[in-house]
Amino acid sequence: MADAAPPSESLSEDGGKRRDFLVLAAGAMGGMATVAVVWPLIETMNPSADVLALASTEVDLSAIEEGQTIVVKWRGRPVFVRHRTADEIAAAQAASLDELSDPQPDSERAPQAQWLIVEGVCTHLGCVPLGSKLGDPRGEFGGWFCPCHGSHYDTSGRIRKGPAPANLPVPTYEFLDDTLVRIG
Amino acid sequence: MTTPVPQNRVAQWIEYRLPVFSWTNKHLIDYPAPRNLNYWWNFGSLAGFMLVLQIVTGVVLAMHYTPHADHAFDSVEHIMRDVEWGWLMRYLHANGASMFFAVVYIHLFRGLYYGSYKSPREILWWMGVIILLLMMASAFMGYVLPWGQMSFWAATVITNMTSAIPWIGETVVTWLWGGFSVDHPTLVRFYALHYLLPFVIFAVVFIHLWALHHRKSNNPLGIDIKSDKDTIPFHPYYTVKDMFGLGVMMFILLLFTFYMPNVLGEVINYEKANPLQTPAHIVPEWYFLPFYAILRAIPDKLGGVVAMAASILILFILPWLDTSRVRSARFRPIYKWAFWVFVVDCIALGWVGANTPEGNFIWIGQVTTGYYFAHFLIVVPLIGKFERPTKVPESIHQAVLKGGEGAGEAAAAGAAGAAAAPASGEQS
Ligand code: HEM
Ligand code: FES
Repeated sequence: MADAAPPSESLSEDGGKRRDFLVLAAGAMGGMATVAVVWPLIETMNPSADVLALASTEVDLSAIEEGQTIVVKWRGRPVFVRHRTADEIAAAQAASLDELSDPQPDSERAPQAQWLIVEGVCTHLGCVPLGSKLGDPRGEFGGWFCPCHGSHYDTSGRIRKGPAPANLPVPTYEFLDDTLVRIG
Repeated sequence: MTTPVPQNRVAQWIEYRLPVFSWTNKHLIDYPAPRNLNYWWNFGSLAGFMLVLQIVTGVVLAMHYTPHADHAFDSVEHIMRDVEWGWLMRYLHANGASMFFAVVYIHLFRGLYYGSYKSPREILWWMGVIILLLMMASAFMGYVLPWGQMSFWAATVITNMTSAIPWIGETVVTWLWGGFSVDHPTLVRFYALHYLLPFVIFAVVFIHLWALHHRKSNNPLGIDIKSDKDTIPFHPYYTVKDMFGLGVMMFILLLFTFYMPNVLGEVINYEKANPLQTPAHIVPEWYFLPFYAILRAIPDKLGGVVAMAASILILFILPWLDTSRVRSARFRPIYKWAFWVFVVDCIALGWVGANTPEGNFIWIGQVTTGYYFAHFLIVVPLIGKFERPTKVPESIHQAVLKGGEGAGEAAAAGAAGAAAAPASGEQS
């Protein structure tokens, strides 16, 4: 480029520097413009306002008998609401933290011990674990069992065995009164 | 030889402005191809045909399909029952995807056997690997479109793999989904990409062929073309040979399409997606099974995902892992065996992938996964160092005319070439 072009001959040392500056400045502007275009393009793929707006669900607990689990839909995915039996609560509370691969005390996961509310999504690759219906396999720890790649969860929804790395997450929820809970 | 400049005035007018005639001649008619190509060299053009068939049937399906979580499933049933010939288009498209993969896998293994990935064809090889990755993405997203149980749960399991990425994993899945689970926004974006990617594949195929026509085809002997005597014109020899292969492939594709259109699919995909219930047994389509087996062989979430990705990405560096300077396995007594062991290993992985990971399948999956990587990282580099290749012929035409290893097919091509050579001068 430099060889045949007359302008480069007529340019002083200064002119060269000025050109370097222009190239840099133009390059930087181009880079910023690219980011400014790519950013919104990527952002469009994030959850839209209406999807975010669907973010809470109310559940009436009065009809759930002891030992029963219901599955409600929250943000398109299942949430397990289990009315735990005394045995289940005892088993969950008895587990010592160093047996757990994702240590968390039961009291933190279920502040109201009879009600365990967890997302029904296996933390491995997202299948819905079995164990909510009567007759479902519940795995070796009496909670849930994920059939996809064999993860076992206990009566507190904590991962005890299998490829899943973490406990079933506890969604944010609040008790509106004794039998009404709002998830999300 | 065909004259590159057309005689017809209209054709001349066009040729002057856009040289389509000389271009076609250069790349499809007089194009010099090695005279000894065997039937394994059919699979490239067959893959090209399958891509076109997928696009044609796909566009027709798209005219009747509804990309909506509430209507997609019913619209596919509408295609099957109400749309004129809709069943044929859908079965061709679904079984066509399988045929496409079968053909591309054979094409790829052909390259592994004859050393087609070696210099000067590394970029050609890379383009092939990129096409494979894009095909996998297209097929995966296409499979989600009918919104059956398997569609939904395959989408869930596969997209969740990105959540294994440390720190940003969760943000990335939410972004992929456009929500908090696989749902309507996910379906629509998959549809958009499923429509787009095949055309991206088309563009990459173009680069693939550009590289191919620049350095020309490899051949069963794996030696370079040295003179005109080593080649024959693409037309009519290989056009005819490709047409014959196309007939055989279409016979197989139509056999599936008409007589067993659902054997490769999963019955449960005729049940509408239910986000609250996972089917008892999740399996991907057959062409993903070996990779699924690799994913499950590693008892760690991130590790499994990394191994699965690595199993394909490793193909990119194969040209440097193979240290042998001889291309064709025909002259490589040890590699030849390693190749077949590797084929068996891949089939075994597929078999493991189709079964629940319990009992013996666990260790078989781990051993076959281990061997898969060992083949590339240990076996192939070492063979290249220690193997003593047998004598490689001087040139293609000498091997073809004198006989020797592989004389049968080569001589046949040579004889046909000699007999028909004068005739080709009369054409055009
Ligand atoms: C690389 C080429 C392609 C591959 C491998 C491919 C693969 C697939 C697969 C596996 C399915 C699911 C079939 C089923 O079980 O029902 C599918 C569905 C579909 N594809 Fe494609 N496809 C390709 C190109 C295209 C193109 C170019 C279009 C549109 C222009 C298209 C439109 C559709 C539509 C509308 C469906 C949903 C209807 C159905 O499920 O049959 N495809 N595709
Ligand atoms: S998704 Fe539950 S074990 Fe893999």
